[in-house]
Amino acid sequence: MAEAEESPGDPGTASPRPLMRDLKAVGKKFMHVLYPRRSNTLLRDWDLWGPLILCVTLALMLQRGSADSEKDGGPQFAEVFVVVWFGAVTITVNSKLLGGNISFFQSLCVLGYCILPLTVAMLICRLVLLAEPGPINFMVRLFVVTVMFAWSVVASTAFLADSQPPNRKALAIYPVFLFYFVISWMILTFTP
Amino acid sequence: MAAADELTFHEFEEATNLLAETPDAATTSRSDQLTPQGHVAVAVGSGGSYGAEDEVEEDSDKAALLQEQQKPQPGFWTFGYYQSFFDVDTSQVMDRIKGSLLPRPGHNFVRHHLRNRPDLYGPFWICATLAFVLAVTGNLTLVLAQRRDPSIHYSPQFHKVAVASITIYCYAWLVPLALWGFLWWRKGVRERMGPYTFLETVSVYGYSLFIFIPMVVLWLIPVPWLQWLFGALALALSAAGLVFTLWPVVREDTRLVAVALLSAVVLLHALLALGCKLYFFQSLPPEHLAPMPQVSPLPPNVPRPSTLPQSMATS
Repeated sequence: MAEAEESPGDPGTASPRPLMRDLKAVGKKFMHVLYPRRSNTLLRDWDLWGPLILCVTLALMLQRGSADSEKDGGPQFAEVFVVVWFGAVTITVNSKLLGGNISFFQSLCVLGYCILPLTVAMLICRLVLLAEPGPINFMVRLFVVTVMFAWSVVASTAFLADSQPPNRKALAIYPVFLFYFVISWMILTFTP
Repeated sequence: MAAADELTFHEFEEATNLLAETPDAATTSRSDQLTPQGHVAVAVGSGGSYGAEDEVEEDSDKAALLQEQQKPQPGFWTFGYYQSFFDVDTSQVMDRIKGSLLPRPGHNFVRHHLRNRPDLYGPFWICATLAFVLAVTGNLTLVLAQRRDPSIHYSPQFHKVAVASITIYCYAWLVPLALWGFLWWRKGVRERMGPYTFLETVSVYGYSLFIFIPMVVLWLIPVPWLQWLFGALALALSAAGLVFTLWPVVREDTRLVAVALLSAVVLLHALLALGCKLYFFQSLPPEHLAPMPQVSPLPPNVPRPSTLPQSMATS
């Protein structure tokens, strides 16, 4: 299978790719993120649909009602987008500068897909926030976000760590940690 | 090839001292693609003194080493050019961070830790961490304040992340640029030591900001005099590191210029710390939100005086 690093599909086919096939590919990658093993599937067949869906979902859920003044509120839709994509690009460029041998889009794909646990955490937090506020409410949310944050970091490390030279692994992993920490913070401080 | 562990930077006392005395000596490192661990060969220029007569010998030493290296400098439009600024290992970064935490007089950060291999990884990610830690702990302070006093209005204040990032990155890049420009302009006055390269200046500033990270975390403790104490300690350490690094370069200059330059460096650093404290850690008065201070890129602003009495009264 001639898989060039940077080409996601078959150029020159007359008919469009069937939607189900794409959805299945995205779904398969979601499963790989939820049960991270050292596998190459995420890296080989990269696509950016999954990250886009996750990012849009996350940004939509982080919207609050516009009762508050805009300046003082939580992140706006565009801010979430900027943080996620700019952060992912920065981490990718950083890992390539450090000498990693992963391609640009592969790395974006992995980082984007590994936001899935945090998106699930956001869903759970939104549900929990429907109950009455209080310290127990906060503790539950804190626990869920922490677990999902750890899951995200472990999942992305499982995919990305092998592509770095051994004496620079920590240098490449730390920005990933920071990236998911910021997203977790945005989720945790969300108040409807 | 000797394992890199045997040649890591923390154990060569003699080489360290020699390098510190002869900063013109060329340290070469050869790294090839297959084994990213480079090893460092130290070549010391003849004699320990500077002077015109040594320059010829040093130049021929350098030429020999360069020929040996046989690596053409990549142009600035290529990716390899920027990759050379990230040519550091985890252990080197940790060593540089430790060096910035413990400044010693005569222990020049550039000579002892950077060793003519400045990197941009440290400054960039230390600034990023500091910006996010500032925003996060400022937010946490508000949460904790609200728990004590439920009338304070809480909001995530996400825009503070943007403000923090812009301020810190501008400080970490524009101030070294100004400093480097000034030193370069004054280099005619100095005979012995040339100015540091721009990257070395940026590296020094970047690593000196590291101590602010634990300082900001410790500012979560809501005891005012303790906060000022931590701030003063961190500022002293950080500014001391900067001063000790800059002293060998400015000491040949006129006394006035040297004192003025070092005072300006320390003052700007203090302004940054003070600005962070006042902007991110003011507890809001219960009736209304404090107006957000304007932020200009350089130098970092202290909030307008109208907000100061409020924050002083409530903090």
